[in-house]
Amino acid sequence: MISWMNWTPSVAIFFAVIAGILAVMTVYEIVSPCTERKGFLPIETTRGDRLFIGLLSAAYIHLAFLAVSDVTLWVALAVSVVWALVLLRWG
Amino acid sequence: MDKIPNNRAWWLVLPVFLLVAFSALIPLMTVVNYSVQDIFGPGQAYFVGTEWFKEVLTDERLQDSLLRQFLFSSAVLLIQIPLGIGVALMMPKSGIKGSLCLILVAIPLLIPWNVVGTIWQIFARGDIGLFGWGINQLGVDYNYTGSTVDAWLTVLLMDVWHWTPLVALLCYSGLRAIPEAFYQAAEIDRASKWAVFRYIQLPRLKSVLIIAVLLRFMDSFMIYTEPFVLTGGGPGSSTTFLSQTLTTMAIGQFDLGRAAAFSLIYFLIVLLISWLFFTAITHADKEQ
Amino acid sequence: MKQARSKNVGITVFIILLLTPVYWLLNMSFKTNQEILGGLTMWPENFTLQNYVVIFTDPSWYNGYLNSMAYVTINVIITLLVALPAAYAFSRYKFLGDKHLFFWLLSNRMAPPAVFLLPFFQLYSSIGLFDTHIAVALAHCLFNVPLAVWILEGFMKGVPREYDEMAYIDGYSFPKFFVKVFLPMIRSGIGVTAFFAFMFSWVELLLARTLTSVDAQPIGAIMTRTIGASGIDWGVLAAAGVLTIIPGLLVIWFVRNHVAKGFALGRV
Repeated sequence: MISWMNWTPSVAIFFAVIAGILAVMTVYEIVSPCTERKGFLPIETTRGDRLFIGLLSAAYIHLAFLAVSDVTLWVALAVSVVWALVLLRWG
Repeated sequence: MDKIPNNRAWWLVLPVFLLVAFSALIPLMTVVNYSVQDIFGPGQAYFVGTEWFKEVLTDERLQDSLLRQFLFSSAVLLIQIPLGIGVALMMPKSGIKGSLCLILVAIPLLIPWNVVGTIWQIFARGDIGLFGWGINQLGVDYNYTGSTVDAWLTVLLMDVWHWTPLVALLCYSGLRAIPEAFYQAAEIDRASKWAVFRYIQLPRLKSVLIIAVLLRFMDSFMIYTEPFVLTGGGPGSSTTFLSQTLTTMAIGQFDLGRAAAFSLIYFLIVLLISWLFFTAITHADKEQ
Repeated sequence: MKQARSKNVGITVFIILLLTPVYWLLNMSFKTNQEILGGLTMWPENFTLQNYVVIFTDPSWYNGYLNSMAYVTINVIITLLVALPAAYAFSRYKFLGDKHLFFWLLSNRMAPPAVFLLPFFQLYSSIGLFDTHIAVALAHCLFNVPLAVWILEGFMKGVPREYDEMAYIDGYSFPKFFVKVFLPMIRSGIGVTAFFAFMFSWVELLLARTLTSVDAQPIGAIMTRTIGASGIDWGVLAAAGVLTIIPGLLVIWFVRNHVAKGFALGRV
């Protein structure tokens, strides 16, 4: 029944990592609930908002790398992770 | 109104969550799987990494249809929003005339999308359609199946006909919510009509206008059925918008990997834009 | 006074322009094919009901209507059942991830159905629901449920929480309060939501066509198929089109006073 979904290891890892991040954020939120605050982004955001912005921009960073260059996507991944961390801390 | 913090509310949301997860997450995961593989048949697939994405991003046909889509959506917004506001300002505020107007204006919204296409397919034909025949009688050479410009204008006109009522209804409900006292105060101040519109009506319309822009943008961005029935995407591919390109690829050519990569990019664009709008709406709500 | 008149003229002209294409469809549905193709006539000269007779006597035509009605009804019921409690939760409580959950729901209303076409086809085939009414109804929930939650939440926000608290003091349990006290108060909101769920399920064709083949085929798919057969039978096509507009007209009459508010998602 699942066979039509054509799972591959790399996609499975991808979704597992996303699920993991969500789980960690949920636990973190229960342990220490966060409030909205204003960082360098033009709007007030919560931790979850910044995570979402981070993930969405990571997707766009990967696409941009694919579209304009031939370098390996590990570079794009590294850039995305750094950017997401910056967002989470100071955004 | 302050909301009470209560995590047990999750139980109330659970059915919705499960239902939408079933119809959104499973397909999404499948699409991601398809997008990194080349699939020949059941069980016959091999991993190709991000090749499909690369191909889609550099495919000129897709870039064209994306560009066309943005052009179309902007044209739709530029025409429908002002026209809708204008119609709403003209609609009678109450009484049986108001109700009647409301229902008549709403009619195009209730017609199945393929029938909308059929109506215009007939209406705009030069031989049996009133519109096409009338234009030809005026001495203009008009043929929406032959000329790119005519096809574009017809699709645009059809969309204006179909969806301007939505904008009008939204603005109408926004206008009706303005207390009569505001208008009386304006009359005492001898405010001009423009001033009334600019400083009383328009600010009050802000929240409904954001919703109107959001819905119109999203729905025009996924338009499929109406142009498909009306022009079939032609002549050439001049009225082939994103959804149709995607549908042809997935169902017509069964090009799964490419269609999946394309779907994901399409989805990311929509996600970004709807997030921007959603943030704008929640901010407008907060200000009130 | 003069201003009011120019407004009336303006709105009348707009409505006439809006209704002309619909009139043309109605006009054609009463003509014979010879008259349609023979030349342009503003009203039917040989008035005929033959086109409608064709639809009402041929099962492959009227079953299309019955199929569409069936999945639309199932969809409206499912949508209301799951969306009511969820909208209540969103309007009253703050809970873990509420904003993000809400946005995620909403993003499904925004997602183009074309994206989900193929996986849907395979998903419903693999669980044996392909070509059933329930499959189309479930697929339409993807965009109707988020919309319903959004509209209902807007209406529910307008009910002061004092009512909830009063009911608890009077010893009502939550389900009893919800059904006996709360739902009647947002009656009009429920009506409007049902109308929108009906409408968006009724007008959608892409998913409905992809998920069905014979037994649950919607009227829209039958219309497109007939075009391909032996030339186009314009008269019958027009009659079928006219018949698809009628259910919507009937339903909108009942919720006419709230339609606009519903479109604004209760936020006026």
